[in-house]
Amino acid sequence: MAEHRKPLPHPTPETKDFWDGTKAGELRLQRCNDCTHTYFPPRPFCPECASRSVSSFKASGRGKLYSYVINHRPAPGFEHDAPYAIAVVELDEGPRMMTSMVGVEQTPEALVLDMPVAAVFEPGNEHLNVPKFRPAAGAAR
Amino acid sequence: MKPGSVAIVGAAETTEMGVIPDLSVIQLHADAALNTMKDAGLGPKDIDGVATAGESPVAIAHYLGITPTWLDGTAVGGCSFMLHVRHAAAAINEGLCRTVLITHGESGRSRVGAAGRWGSPASLQGQFEGPYGTSGPPSSFTIPVLRYMKEYGLTHEQLAMVAVVQREWAGMNPRASYRDPITVEDVLNSRMIAYPFHLLECCLVTDGGGALILTSADRAKDFPRKPVYIIGTGESSETPMVSQMEDFTTSKAFRVSGKKAFDEAGISHDDVDHLMVYDAFAHLPIYGLEDLGFCKRGEGAQFIWEGNTRPGGKLPLNTNGGGLSYMHSGMYGMYALQESVRQMRGIAPAQVPGAKISIAHGVGGMFAASGTIIMSNERP
Ligand SMILES: [Zn+2]
Repeated sequence: MAEHRKPLPHPTPETKDFWDGTKAGELRLQRCNDCTHTYFPPRPFCPECASRSVSSFKASGRGKLYSYVINHRPAPGFEHDAPYAIAVVELDEGPRMMTSMVGVEQTPEALVLDMPVAAVFEPGNEHLNVPKFRPAAGAAR
Repeated sequence: MKPGSVAIVGAAETTEMGVIPDLSVIQLHADAALNTMKDAGLGPKDIDGVATAGESPVAIAHYLGITPTWLDGTAVGGCSFMLHVRHAAAAINEGLCRTVLITHGESGRSRVGAAGRWGSPASLQGQFEGPYGTSGPPSSFTIPVLRYMKEYGLTHEQLAMVAVVQREWAGMNPRASYRDPITVEDVLNSRMIAYPFHLLECCLVTDGGGALILTSADRAKDFPRKPVYIIGTGESSETPMVSQMEDFTTSKAFRVSGKKAFDEAGISHDDVDHLMVYDAFAHLPIYGLEDLGFCKRGEGAQFIWEGNTRPGGKLPLNTNGGGLSYMHSGMYGMYALQESVRQMRGIAPAQVPGAKISIAHGVGGMFAASGTIIMSNERP
């Protein structure tokens, strides 16, 4: 059977800044200059008030584990990882994002909801890295 | 819509159900459509409106020999057919067409003539979810549930009970894929698919189809079958990305769609005799019961645990066995509608005695969209 490589994102003009950020080791979010709403995924306008005046900023990269599953039926490219967690973290700035948890066993016992997590960047290609999260200091282990 | 102004006068599923390796997707649509036209005593020249999802309505109309004056290709996942019913009712009332055929067919298991499944890596899901190893609904539709479990204390046993109760209903349905009784222990001992979901908490993957024919209530009484009136409709959407749901313990699309339908019908929850909640996975009926207002938040699982939704219970739920035990081709909403129609006609294999009002509530994508149809066998 052919080896599949893990799928990598294809950035669009509207998301390029986010992915450029991952290459620089930054997790970037966007904030509305008019209503201060912070949001994700990236788009060149505010989903709260429709203002086109928005800015990108470097987020803390900190958050907490919000929810997850532990997938036993791997996607193409993930055959050697199964079972692996597919997680959602809630960032300290408010937005949530899907991610993988690294540096921690992929078990219900090790993956405790609301544990503090911090972003790390796994090498992707010449354009981007993939943001993932590891348990942060003070995490329940 | 004006409650009761439009009725379902034809309803049928494909002749076979489950594994159908000798029919392609478009022929599954056609098989269901031919059975439905026969059910309504109509031919293709009598149909002037076509709606479908998965296939193009143009392809379906041409394949069946229909010349439409109204088309609807709304495709928002498994609840698309609920939206088609709603849109068709509006179109019929507006005079855009008189007789609408809604079709579904899907070769979910055999994949005969089926399209590819994977989205573009440039889509938002492709960029912000795909890289983390989601492998279809079992590993993404399920993600909100651990948060629900933590917020409300839902137990693994309660989640498993959803599948147990639906298997009871399936046991009464000769066309159901799985009919043997199961226990909570059986569910928890079945293979882990995506923790906390075991195999028996995930829907089947089967082949099949179904179709409906709708017309104005005034014409409906001239058809061979007892009309089933549409008395309330709703639809909504939230997000194409499950990770971006506003609240992991409740579906905004469910709440908005359900409220719309209840308000339109002008009924209360006590009036409802029968309920279908699209159950791609075991948590869906729990979310559905709460988001439609049958239970308070956090109490849906206990409601099922106590037997309220099982045969003989006060709110019979997913009486065909559901996506967990009856069939699930991929876009299951059509089968929920079919079971509601059978219950309203009084011909369901597990008939709820004297049922007068039924709700078919659907989900599209992973909590992405929703549609709700309230039917009655009495014209309001
Ligand atoms: Zn704003």
